[in-house]
Amino acid sequence: MAVLLLAALGGAPAAQAPASAAPYTVLSRDGRRPLATRVIAGQEMFALDDLARLFNVTVREDTAAGGLTVTAGNETIALSQGQSLASVSGRLISLPAPPARDGRTWYVPVDFVTRALAPALTTRIELRKPSRLLVLGDIRAPRVVGRIDPLGSATRLTLDIAPSTPHTISQEGQRLVVKFDADVLDASLPASASPELVQSVHQDAPASVAIDLGPRFASFRTSDVPGDRGAGRLIIDIAGQPSEVTQPTPPGPPAQPPADVPPLIDLAPSGTLRAIVIDAGHGGTEQGAKGSGGVLEKDVTLAVARRLKAALEARLGVRVILTRETDVTMGLDERAAVANNNKADLFVSLHVNASLRPSTSGAEVFYLSLDEYGDAAQRVAKGDSESLPVFGGGSRDIELILWEMAQARYIQESAALARGVESSLRDHIPMSQRAIQQAPFRVLVGANMPAVLVEMGFITNGAQEKQLTSDEFQNQIAQALVGAIGRFRDARNAAAPSGGAR
Amino acid sequence: MDRRIAAIAALIVAAFAAGWILLAHRTRPASPSGTAPAAAAAVPGAAEPKIKATLYYISEDGLSLPGVQRDVPFGDPIVEQARRIVEAQLDAAPAPYVSPIPAGTKLRALYVGDRGDAFVDLSGEVRAAHSGGSLDELFTTYAIVNALTVNLPAITRVQILVDGKEVDTLAGHVDLRRPLQKNLKWTSLHPDAEAAER
Repeated sequence: MAVLLLAALGGAPAAQAPASAAPYTVLSRDGRRPLATRVIAGQEMFALDDLARLFNVTVREDTAAGGLTVTAGNETIALSQGQSLASVSGRLISLPAPPARDGRTWYVPVDFVTRALAPALTTRIELRKPSRLLVLGDIRAPRVVGRIDPLGSATRLTLDIAPSTPHTISQEGQRLVVKFDADVLDASLPASASPELVQSVHQDAPASVAIDLGPRFASFRTSDVPGDRGAGRLIIDIAGQPSEVTQPTPPGPPAQPPADVPPLIDLAPSGTLRAIVIDAGHGGTEQGAKGSGGVLEKDVTLAVARRLKAALEARLGVRVILTRETDVTMGLDERAAVANNNKADLFVSLHVNASLRPSTSGAEVFYLSLDEYGDAAQRVAKGDSESLPVFGGGSRDIELILWEMAQARYIQESAALARGVESSLRDHIPMSQRAIQQAPFRVLVGANMPAVLVEMGFITNGAQEKQLTSDEFQNQIAQALVGAIGRFRDARNAAAPSGGAR
Repeated sequence: MDRRIAAIAALIVAAFAAGWILLAHRTRPASPSGTAPAAAAAVPGAAEPKIKATLYYISEDGLSLPGVQRDVPFGDPIVEQARRIVEAQLDAAPAPYVSPIPAGTKLRALYVGDRGDAFVDLSGEVRAAHSGGSLDELFTTYAIVNALTVNLPAITRVQILVDGKEVDTLAGHVDLRRPLQKNLKWTSLHPDAEAAER
């Protein structure tokens, strides 16, 4: 948790002057060690000298030409002062920012490690920005994300494990221990909401999750559910004794799990939508598109998002979170992060379109196109594993979870959701001739759940600009989306009558 | 006599040399050092050598980005040809089309890597003057990407930079963090059907 807190601090807006940021943690066969970062001109950077020591590469500065050369074995990486491009053995790659100098030390963006060093070296390098981890070689560091849900008088702890990792569960006195067959865990664990049953959930060395049990603990049951694309889900239901047992009782039978403990596994219908994140596109200084009458996209998206939230909560009984409640500026990564951090089951981004042709009109529904994200994303979408070289020679098949392309795992579900939304919208509002499309949209790619982007109409069309601000049109859109999401939920329930698949 | 023969011989050699240089120069656009654009052809009678290139503009209904054949100045080596193509794409559109590139956008620099990745560095107007629509943003992006990848087969991917820096998007939608491949699905409302007919 401390690591995650530091990560949140590291994501804060950066000053132009060099500033310290939380370090990354390097995980390798040599153990854990910190790797310092600096924020320079808004970019998080590693010192080249630190990388040289870590990866055993040499750095040479050409003061005359203003360039840097990094040599890794037979491969050479060339960097130029003021250029966001690097040459890796002749192949150009882009970086988020040019190398920066502070005193005698050169700094490079953290992405340099995966974009430039990884292709030049033969070892596996995985940069996990959300967890601030740099995983090297064949270290097995599954991501474990926990969630606690109350279930009547019981409590359910759900651990999502990516990639799926063998584990054992044992009761050791007043605690349960889940031991993973891994070297280390990349864990994000929840605070307990019911301390009488679960006092705390925390990481235990070397690769375990410990659950400290409360005074009302009576029994537990576990179930393993295969997740999507090589991930796994462990569900631990923890039952409590009835409150009466804490009162004086006559002598009776020995303590047993009470007979009226609810049937834990059946309490939560699997596949049900629990949380939906609605993203009101743009906001704050990012106005989005603008109509000739002065209507702004950011205002329309927020108004419809509020209506949709109320309608979804009232008619489907789901928890709805808006990425923004007011007129504030939000980054595209932040929007997907709201959905991921809330473990949302669906992500719907609302937008308003614009065209240089005022006659263009109609709504459009988009879901992510994977073509632009290369073979790696295609393999994730197909559930293929990847054989990676490891320290000491040989290779290992690893299910790659690309955190920056989380959407790849849900592309089929997103396509189904998009078709449903398009069909439902068609019954309520005018549609464009390009009613359903795939595109490499930035806000969708990081969403770790089925996700669509809805362009509700063209604000550059005079008639549509008026429609977009009207109560009737906005209600029609909300109604259409509620219908589509309700049918998506029903179809998902029908397809997964048991188990906890998302 | 010897002097006259020498002068005539020198004249003949000079004439041959001049003719060869002229011919070589005029035929160069058709096969510039093995990196000929697919649609390249010398334009007869033109003072400046030109090639035919396909550039991309917004259709009358605003829903497509069809390719239009245009004359573009010849350039060599390939990075120079790429520069000429992008500069032509940034120019005004022929009637009845509309340019997908926001007005005032300039080409700041262009690089081509050994493995076919081109980096097109555009001025800030491409963001500041954008309409903000996602479809127009797709059109802006793929006009540049397709203009290079369709006309110069040696260029396989294109990344757009703005004011020398990598950007997330132009207007909040299309992911520009990676080089993009050619994508012709925006060229008409039914690109698959048209391809099948061809």
